[in-house]
Amino acid sequence: MQATNILILILGLGVLAFFLGRGRSLALAKPLGGIRQLHSLPSYYGMHAALWCALPSLFLLCVWMLFDDSLINRLVLDSVAAEIAPNDTASYNLLINKISNLADGILPRKGESAALVAAADHLVSLRIISSWSLTAVLLTLSSLGLLWGWSRISASFRARPVVEKVMQNILLGCACLAIFTTLGIVLSVLFESIQFFRSVPIFDFVFGLEWSPQTAIREDQVGSSGSFGAVPLFVGTLLVSAVAMVVAVPVGLMSAIYLAEYASKTVRTYAKPALEILAGIPTVVYGFFAALTVAPFLRDLGASFGLSVSSESALAAGGVMGVMIIPFISSLADDVITAVPQSMRDGSLAMGATKSETVRRVIIPAALPGIVGGVMLAISRAIGETMIVVMAAGMAAKLTANPLESVTTVTVQIVTLLTGDQEFDSPKTLAAFALGLMLFTVTLLLNIFALHIVKKYREQYD
Amino acid sequence: MTQLASADKKKRANTAKPTAMKSLEVEGHEATVGKVFTDNPKMTMRNVNVYYDDKQAIHDVSIDIAKNEVIAMIGPSGCGKSTFLRSLNRMNDTVDICRVEGDILMDGENLYAPKLDVVELRARVGMVFQKPNPFPKSIYENVAYGPKIHGLADTRVDLDEIVENSLRKASLWEEVKERLHQGGTGLSGGQQQRLCIARAIAVSPEVILMDEPCSALDPIATAKIEELIEELSENFTIAIVTHSMQQAARVSHRTAYFHLGKLIEVNPTEQVFTMPEHPLTEAYITGRFG
Amino acid sequence: MTESINHLEKIKNSLSRRNRAEKRFRWYGRTAIFIGLAAVLVLFTDIVNKGHGAFRITYIELEVTYDQDRIGVNNLTDPKELTRGNWEALSKTALRTEFPNVSGRSDKRRLNNLLSSGAGFDLKDRLVANPHLLGRKESIWILADDDIDTYFKSWLAGDAYAARLSSKQVQWIEGLHQQDKIRLQFNSNLFTRGDSREPEQAGIRGAVMGSLLTLILTLLLSFPIGVSAAIYLEEFAPRNRWTDFIEVNINNLAAVPSIIFGLLGLAIFINFFHVPRSVPIVGGLVLTLMTLPTIIITSRAAIKSVPPSIREAALGMGASKYQTVLHHVLPLSLPGMLTGAIIGMAQALGESAPLLMIGMVAFIVDIPGGFSDPATVLPVQIFLWADSPERAFIEKTSAAIMILLSFLIVMNTVAVWLRKRLERRW
Repeated sequence: MQATNILILILGLGVLAFFLGRGRSLALAKPLGGIRQLHSLPSYYGMHAALWCALPSLFLLCVWMLFDDSLINRLVLDSVAAEIAPNDTASYNLLINKISNLADGILPRKGESAALVAAADHLVSLRIISSWSLTAVLLTLSSLGLLWGWSRISASFRARPVVEKVMQNILLGCACLAIFTTLGIVLSVLFESIQFFRSVPIFDFVFGLEWSPQTAIREDQVGSSGSFGAVPLFVGTLLVSAVAMVVAVPVGLMSAIYLAEYASKTVRTYAKPALEILAGIPTVVYGFFAALTVAPFLRDLGASFGLSVSSESALAAGGVMGVMIIPFISSLADDVITAVPQSMRDGSLAMGATKSETVRRVIIPAALPGIVGGVMLAISRAIGETMIVVMAAGMAAKLTANPLESVTTVTVQIVTLLTGDQEFDSPKTLAAFALGLMLFTVTLLLNIFALHIVKKYREQYD
Repeated sequence: MTQLASADKKKRANTAKPTAMKSLEVEGHEATVGKVFTDNPKMTMRNVNVYYDDKQAIHDVSIDIAKNEVIAMIGPSGCGKSTFLRSLNRMNDTVDICRVEGDILMDGENLYAPKLDVVELRARVGMVFQKPNPFPKSIYENVAYGPKIHGLADTRVDLDEIVENSLRKASLWEEVKERLHQGGTGLSGGQQQRLCIARAIAVSPEVILMDEPCSALDPIATAKIEELIEELSENFTIAIVTHSMQQAARVSHRTAYFHLGKLIEVNPTEQVFTMPEHPLTEAYITGRFG
Repeated sequence: MTESINHLEKIKNSLSRRNRAEKRFRWYGRTAIFIGLAAVLVLFTDIVNKGHGAFRITYIELEVTYDQDRIGVNNLTDPKELTRGNWEALSKTALRTEFPNVSGRSDKRRLNNLLSSGAGFDLKDRLVANPHLLGRKESIWILADDDIDTYFKSWLAGDAYAARLSSKQVQWIEGLHQQDKIRLQFNSNLFTRGDSREPEQAGIRGAVMGSLLTLILTLLLSFPIGVSAAIYLEEFAPRNRWTDFIEVNINNLAAVPSIIFGLLGLAIFINFFHVPRSVPIVGGLVLTLMTLPTIIITSRAAIKSVPPSIREAALGMGASKYQTVLHHVLPLSLPGMLTGAIIGMAQALGESAPLLMIGMVAFIVDIPGGFSDPATVLPVQIFLWADSPERAFIEKTSAAIMILLSFLIVMNTVAVWLRKRLERRW
């Protein structure tokens, strides 16, 4: 039986338990003189029974689903004949795939060795056993839970606090998911990175000047050992981000100032949402725009001035990325500028300062921490932006500070290394996780710092 | 009435003798009683109306402010005294929906004339606000702000001198001379307000408007500010809006009583508080409403 | 007094300079707004310009004979026999009858290239659906090859692009055009088919279905979890370090680059839990983790906007905390939460980077029918098409972008409408 069916069955049992529990409490209340005599409302007794019925089963289902596959695979492999038994991870995965494809009938059985066919049959039977035993166990568990929850119902039983406690713990669990996600990110990039740093020293990775991750298939090929010096990637990322910031910061900041301090109400109501459209456009669209419109345009423009602009220039990718970040900066800046109290403006204007003097000498200095925080968040965004650079920046790692040339970035390399069919444990794919670790660390530090500054700033004027 | 349409009136106001103005200029003015006009006006207001959108906040107010006098504006909350004060240096311009009609003149010059630069006006008519609002900069920078933006000091030494003089005039110098370069927001409320006064007088305005300058302060700080106002009146013309009748009685030479957007009575302070002419004034100062 | 007159003089002198600076500053602001708005305009115009052509595609009218012998199929209901049939022969013969004078191998090949390489299979589908046609003749509009399509459209627009055609092919097309046997029709393939290597055969149906399945899963998971987390943090959480830590985590996750979530999905879901690659399940899980912070943050704002007086009223009646939340706070903040959910979904719909990591970038022809079928999503389809060398794919990509953007516009409009409609002022 499929997991979804089992899930529906458990939930159905839960609903049944709810009505049974509610019914029992109502029946108990009747001779006592109505539901006023019960400690809690009847629906709480129903909820109590339902929780007992569904929760343990759901928990068991999750655990089972998580370990089911690997356990079955292990059992199958233990039983296969010695001549095809795997001796390393790669052949292990290959064998598992083959057996499971045989079992599913994707691969024809004809022509395969008897040992493999036997293993496939074994797999099929194990799967059937697993699924039936799971159903049986879960149904028993649910029924027992139902019975327990149902039997505990009495007029004096305090169902509401119990149910509320459970509910609150479920809510807490949902809130903690954020922590688990962070933990998951840290663990996943950290483990693979550590594995990577076993084959490539961390010092070579962080300070190496050459990036060519192509590891050769044969030992004797030229450049057989790929070099993993990530400095060109860092420089490329910084270059693209710098171009983006050069576009986004002045435009975003000035439009925020204009909208907050100068624009009439009508202009504000139309111009602000119109600018926010830029924030809602998917990055893949920007990437397409950068690669097919902006980059050729810049190349031709450069050619007419006698400049050679690469058709995958950092300028095109960074410029379009800057456009994408404009609304991000302008809305953050707008927030912090409007948070500056009106009394500051009044004080300055009453001295005879012009509006621009007020903005430049009073409002911007007062809002500076908030603005800096916003810009840092924007930088973190630019560093982590993927699609635009994947589509519009280059692949070749070049160590240059010239925005007219083609550079590659950390995110581009992560994507290139991980798409395509590679073995998971090769240094190439592991390198992507090491890059991910760098990316995560840098953006995390930027974010924490920036959010801290912005928070402090908000508190100042609250 | 628009500003342009009143241009010819302005001409007459300049040539005619102030005393003659009473009969010539002001029609339907029976609402205001007392000594509304002076022989020596620094600022002249005639038939001033202020609107917020369609709501009229000030009704047909005419009054003179004499040179080097301290005039107090009192009245129940919401009577429009702050609105009136803010229209004297055109701070109401910052409120989009606010509209000012009538003539407001300083030394015979219409403040609402289209070619008048509001920057220059505000340098001549300074303002101190209800809540102390020092900029989040150092004490020195706060005071130096005005001279800097207006280009009043040619050298650093000049600027230092202006800052010191202004702080001395605001009786703050002795308290802050050791920490001029620390943040202005670190001062106490009363010190902050005196810093704001120092900031205002650093550009040597001719008139200082004070909008309930002591309402956020404790009694001791208030006493200091009041003392200061008296000293300042030697050099400046001061218009002060206040919520406290005692304060008006203590610091001002003349007192104007506003009621629901109308100017009811203007008289020498002593007279207002001892024998008010208008029954509404009397009702207010005897505490029948407030 | 002299001091003040001296000052006044200085102020007057500075006025013109300062007013110029003021004007300049104002123009900087206007320029910034203009740049932003111009970017929106240029982007949209560019996409529409490039993409509007894709909604029509070139068809050629030919006389087709459904000759049983040429196809080599007797039983139209037997799928095995159908796959063995020589369907190409149908379209090739039809072309040969239209242009009887063409001879020589290369010319014949060029002639065959007039039609889409899938044309034979289209005819097969038509025959299977209408078995009575077997052995008969009919005049029918057949899909042209993408190069022909590109040429024909550019030729109609007056700027012929013939780089990929031979002069003979150009002649043939002109001949067809004189007989009114070539024309543009609504491109229904774009909406009804999955991906294909042939631009004229490729459609977005598969990607749209993939996006839909992924989003359904994302919504089903992230909305309840996000709202629960928000309720806990706003209503139940004690103010302590643990709560602060949760909050820091949420705010941070909202700013973590999306590609990192892709790495998480690859390492945890695919490598550790062995969820298959390329399927909407794993895509939905990754996007859930990604949109959760957005939903939690907007839901919390919605809960915060419910005034405490409502809670106090309910608690004062003797309701438990839980009842207060369920009966009063939750219904009042639901509009805000829904708005947040839609915005989160719009974000998820446009997201592609993390999905590249978990294999949703594969070339998939079949239209996915369930959560565990290999699928791709609309933005990734756009990425794939943008990467394809065929010129006709530029048009297709832009059209797909137009469709994606219209979905997003609809979602955001609904969100704005919902907020306006259900917003309550306290």
